[in-house]
Amino acid sequence: MKKVYFDHNATTPVHPEVAKAIMPFLNEKFGNPSSIHWAGREVRAYVEEAREKVANLVNAQHSEIIFTSCGSEGDNMAIKGVLMGNLSKGRHMITTIVEHPAVYRTCKFLEDYGFEVTYIPVDNYGMIDPEDIRRAIRKDTVLISVMYANNETGNIFPIKEIADIAKEHDIIFHTDAVQVVGKIPIDVKELGVDILTASGHKFNAPKGVGFQYIRQGVKVLPLISGGHQERELRAGTENMIGIVAIGEAARIAKEEHQKKEQEIRYLRDKLERYILGNIPETYINGHPERRLYNTSNISFKYIEAEALLVMLDMKGIAVSTGSACSSGATEPSYVLQAMNLDPLCSRGALRISLGYGNTEDEVDYFISVLPEIVEKIRSMSPFYKKK
Amino acid sequence: MKKVCVAMSGGVDSSVAAFLLKEAGYDVFGVFMKLWDDPESKSTCCSLSDSLDALRVSEKLKIPFYVLNFQDEFREYVIEYFIREYKKGNTPNPCINCNLYLKFNFLLNKAQLMGADYLATGHYARIVKEGDEYFLCKGVDGKKDQSYFLFNITRALLSKIIFPLGDYTKEQVRAVAEREGLVTARKKESQEICFIENDYREFLKKHGFREEPGDITDIKGNVIGRHKGYFNYTIGQRGGLNVAKGYPIYVIDIIPEKNIIIADREEYLFKKEFDIKDLNLLDHVREDRSYSVKIRYKHRGERAYIRIVNDKYRISFETAQRAITPGQAAVIYDGDRVVGGGWIERSL
Repeated sequence: MKKVYFDHNATTPVHPEVAKAIMPFLNEKFGNPSSIHWAGREVRAYVEEAREKVANLVNAQHSEIIFTSCGSEGDNMAIKGVLMGNLSKGRHMITTIVEHPAVYRTCKFLEDYGFEVTYIPVDNYGMIDPEDIRRAIRKDTVLISVMYANNETGNIFPIKEIADIAKEHDIIFHTDAVQVVGKIPIDVKELGVDILTASGHKFNAPKGVGFQYIRQGVKVLPLISGGHQERELRAGTENMIGIVAIGEAARIAKEEHQKKEQEIRYLRDKLERYILGNIPETYINGHPERRLYNTSNISFKYIEAEALLVMLDMKGIAVSTGSACSSGATEPSYVLQAMNLDPLCSRGALRISLGYGNTEDEVDYFISVLPEIVEKIRSMSPFYKKK
Repeated sequence: MKKVCVAMSGGVDSSVAAFLLKEAGYDVFGVFMKLWDDPESKSTCCSLSDSLDALRVSEKLKIPFYVLNFQDEFREYVIEYFIREYKKGNTPNPCINCNLYLKFNFLLNKAQLMGADYLATGHYARIVKEGDEYFLCKGVDGKKDQSYFLFNITRALLSKIIFPLGDYTKEQVRAVAEREGLVTARKKESQEICFIENDYREFLKKHGFREEPGDITDIKGNVIGRHKGYFNYTIGQRGGLNVAKGYPIYVIDIIPEKNIIIADREEYLFKKEFDIKDLNLLDHVREDRSYSVKIRYKHRGERAYIRIVNDKYRISFETAQRAITPGQAAVIYDGDRVVGGGWIERSL
């Protein structure tokens, strides 16, 4: 069976050049980078080279990059580390209601321990208004955390404007940029963010590695205490394979940003144009322009997206719906709910996210099987019949 | 190639059912039904580890596998029914409704939408085709036969259902699982009611039942003690009544309208006749002959006649039976074949 992977916002395949780069670390290069002897020195050099590549990707200083294990760790570190590290300034933070669970649940956790959180709503396009954030600022606000782009809709939030507001009020600003790093160029200096979280497997490194940009001078406590690794901000012997991989993935991403955007945007637009033009009652969720070029969140009205996902899977096509619980059962998307969509639309929302390796052939295959599946599901939908 | 959806619970039975269908040449896919998610309960049903076991078996068999959410339907058709029945003083059997509504209605519909020609489960029962007609029959493993739980399936659906384990014994099923190296081969049997962790009484209390004490009377209406809320008792139960009579007494009946428990000597538990409602017929039923009727899952089945009295089906046993319990199902058998069944009403 033909296999098509259109779920790059969930995870991405490892780039062949990345796979090649990590091979020595599965074989002869086994040292601990903290060791003084030859085995340690040879791998230490690779850690720092990777750090430099990652720093280059986001225009940070070499010393402002901390390697982590994943995006969730980065989000936890940013939020818990900033709040715990700045208790004398206050116990309040601001975020949005459409954050990834790594942020949202961390906030909920902290609320149980006496911290206060303001959640900023979104409009029907799933966008936030920076002025809402300004209005939510209090004397004791220590942190603002807003994602750079939403994983479900692909919406790109006005991060620079929010960073400016945070700066005016001397509040630390963190952005979860997991869906953005590797997709579009980022300049942390120009954006003015204080902390930025990224995850390797979203841009063709393997799972198990991420990085954190922490602007020089920002006070954060470590989540994992222990040895001296990562400037004492993240203890634990370095994940050599992951670090080398994310460095290489960062290098490739920086070199290929433009080409990748051009290719993927073309495929995404072709796919969207076809669906909107040929399948009735389909709607794009999210902002029409301020959206990641690889992501398409489309509602097929009168359909349960769960059925659509399953039937596409049976044709070898991997896409996703809003959220899934731990066992894999689909659940209503909290992001689309926050956007106040017609439930008949939000239940039929499919997320298609393209990336490295996708071809026009695959898009053609997708649009060749989709209409029939949609028609079949609709023909069995009581809502569609009633119409 | 005919396509089959197998309901996989993460247990050994449905795992082997999926394997046997694959072997038989069907195009198979598995579905785990997410039915119940009680964060306070550690009950094994619908748990994450069960769905992961089902996934591991599916990957081993190289079949597609999906977890589908049926929590709303389960709450409405099984949990609420269960609670309603206890409010009425009945003793419900939620597994039967779960089969009828969740599996052979909601899941079957979804499976058909997903392109399935058949729905299969790991039940120990058989569907036998005679001419153009399909009949529900007992599984060959007498100890495991689950046809009692399936009597309510609409007759027209029998042609769309496969029970691959009908000709197998439990021992054989385990042996197949062992031989094929399925991770579920040695898994323990699930017991009792899946959404109840320990005691159904605790569950009911959590769902709004208040313990309202009331009178315990004997069969003549003399008050002989106090009970702690009628839902704590089941017909046939001995003990827990705190009544000293000099001889053993048993719960004979529960009268929810009056909040009364009737308790007396065991002999009053034996009755011959009762009416059933919502009869589902899977074959013709005749008044001039007797059938074997089971009044609970563990009942071995006794001879009885079936007649229509006042527009209701009345079951008359040849010999009186102990604890005919309203809310349980009465299932009528002609040999191995399920003729039909219905729900036991308050006995006469």
